[in-house]
Amino acid sequence: MSNEGYEPGKVKVKNNAYKFEGAFHHIERNQPILNEKGDLVGVTNPRNMTYVHTYGGEAVFFENLSKGKIIASRCDNKDCTAFGSIFMPFRIHCPDCLSRNTHVDITDIAKTTSRVHTFMITERTGAFNTLPKPIKFVNVEFEGVVTILMGPMLFGRPEIGMKVVPIFRTKDPTYTILDLGWVPKGTKESDLPEFYTFDA
Amino acid sequence: MSKPVYMVTGGMSKFGRAQPDKRTEELCIDALTESAHFIDMSPAELKKYIHTAYYGHFADHFGDQLLGESVIHDRLGLDPLGNIGVKTGGATGGSTIWEAYKTVASGYSDCTLAMGWERMDEVPTDEGNHLISSAADKDWETPLGHIYTGYYAVMAQRYWKVFGKEEDSFRRTMAEIAVKNRGYGRMNPHAHGGKDISVEDVINSPVVAYPLRAYDCCLMSVGAACVLLADERTAYKMCDDPLRIDVGAGSHTLRVACRRNMEIPLLPHETKDQYNDLADRFPGSERYPGFSGFLAARMASYYAYNMTGIHDPTEDLDVVELHDAFTISDIQTYEDIGIRPYGDGRTYVESGDCYHTNPHTGEPGKLPANLSGGLIGNMHAVGATGIMQVVEVGQHLWNRWREMHADEEKWARFGRTKPKDWKDLQVKGAKRGLAISHAGVGSHVTATILQHPDHVLDRRGSQ
Repeated sequence: MSNEGYEPGKVKVKNNAYKFEGAFHHIERNQPILNEKGDLVGVTNPRNMTYVHTYGGEAVFFENLSKGKIIASRCDNKDCTAFGSIFMPFRIHCPDCLSRNTHVDITDIAKTTSRVHTFMITERTGAFNTLPKPIKFVNVEFEGVVTILMGPMLFGRPEIGMKVVPIFRTKDPTYTILDLGWVPKGTKESDLPEFYTFDA
Repeated sequence: MSKPVYMVTGGMSKFGRAQPDKRTEELCIDALTESAHFIDMSPAELKKYIHTAYYGHFADHFGDQLLGESVIHDRLGLDPLGNIGVKTGGATGGSTIWEAYKTVASGYSDCTLAMGWERMDEVPTDEGNHLISSAADKDWETPLGHIYTGYYAVMAQRYWKVFGKEEDSFRRTMAEIAVKNRGYGRMNPHAHGGKDISVEDVINSPVVAYPLRAYDCCLMSVGAACVLLADERTAYKMCDDPLRIDVGAGSHTLRVACRRNMEIPLLPHETKDQYNDLADRFPGSERYPGFSGFLAARMASYYAYNMTGIHDPTEDLDVVELHDAFTISDIQTYEDIGIRPYGDGRTYVESGDCYHTNPHTGEPGKLPANLSGGLIGNMHAVGATGIMQVVEVGQHLWNRWREMHADEEKWARFGRTKPKDWKDLQVKGAKRGLAISHAGVGSHVTATILQHPDHVLDRRGSQ
């Protein structure tokens, strides 16, 4: 029941269907759980499996992070109360009229107008965390955007009102929200964490 | 709602950080048995009244069991009655009651069971934190540390800066809530968070995510709770004094990041111009609900107050159980549900109104909060929490709080020692109470109002 030598699962798409190759789960022997007297109270149930997740209409956002771009979305339905609203986090559809939003590149807006609305610093994390400790989150306001994006601050100490700029994991991207980070405005390129750059 | 709904009884299991000696079904049977005995029935007699069952269980993946509701339904011996599971994060317990309530109000069922449970002891804490963080947005939030506390902590930081103004006095007020609730938890045989602590203990406890420290945070628990609701005819067949129950609910974006600005929806006792100077008094509070208010809590209480005729909660209610996941979110909630106006939440604690006995006057508190110990001093077994709150409020309105908490046999059965300075926290003459059940950063909230049958307000607020 060893996991050694298994091939990590990979997925391709063919004819609009997922094709799975490699190991997506690994079997481990369960173990008994005994109390202080040696009586059986339960067993362990090992689970080790890989999920697949579909980005659908949000794929454009995650794909562009590794290219140094932040793609937001805008409601262009003139009959909608949210007409002209730019959403970041990206929304595929307008939450009011449900029409499909227009993609908008807000990279320059983010580089010039981003400010910390609020923040959080903690040493505590859950299992599977990959951020360096202490982890630092900032919620970032952008001019002309109706929502406030949360992301990791990857250098410096956050403060409310602080001007920040985006950085991108352009090398070895994860294609997740972790490809977008924030640092104080004026941070030197040499202070950025490994794999991250200001531009593509 | 077309028919008045009544709460007939309720019960709870022991709550603990871990209970490896019991399966979940044993905890649920403990809760149902207590609720049967509360109205002098056997469990078998009580079960004969149930027509539909609702089960609140937040996290299937904690127990690695899908359809856990069906397992419990079978073990309670309630097949072939219809049953369904309810999941709304931290508000699961309140939402379960909401569903059971609507079923009776609509006339579909004459008696419903609302049962909730959670067991958070079957994975290590860090994996538990990861599983809880899965209730955040999996693309935009969960990868950020896999720690749900962090997603709430950005809100705490904003409230602390804008409304708390980073004052030491505000920090101490937060700590007073932890001292109060852990102190009340000592009087509750069901509770596993009771502790005699000081403000300094809270302020010196380890930082979780500044300004939140360990004692500012709720417990992770294992346990079950249930209530039975019925229409008027059935309720009076089952007991002599069923309580009127009404439930309002609200929601808001799962991602705090997606909150858009709006005007403050006003509660019955608030006025149109009341908040005109809010941004002058608290610079940075220009956005509503921003990152400091819980719109879902405001909407839930808005509906509940208007359904029942509650005008001013501080005046019209006698006891409340609030979702004190964190001390600072407790203060935020005072404002969202109108116990205090926005910006003034801290005064509910500082005035002594929130205590069983006002520490400044020695008189009864005006609106005691979380006499069970709440989530900080009693438990947070997620699916059971909102139900536990309603059971506790009900016991005050029935004037049976002492009976259910003083019993030496119960303390011994739970393996706990009753404190020598045990105090009866019964709210004397309690007529109406409120329980707030709340999910995470405010995605779901329910407001449940209980009224003693002799003191039911009409919808205009008259008795």
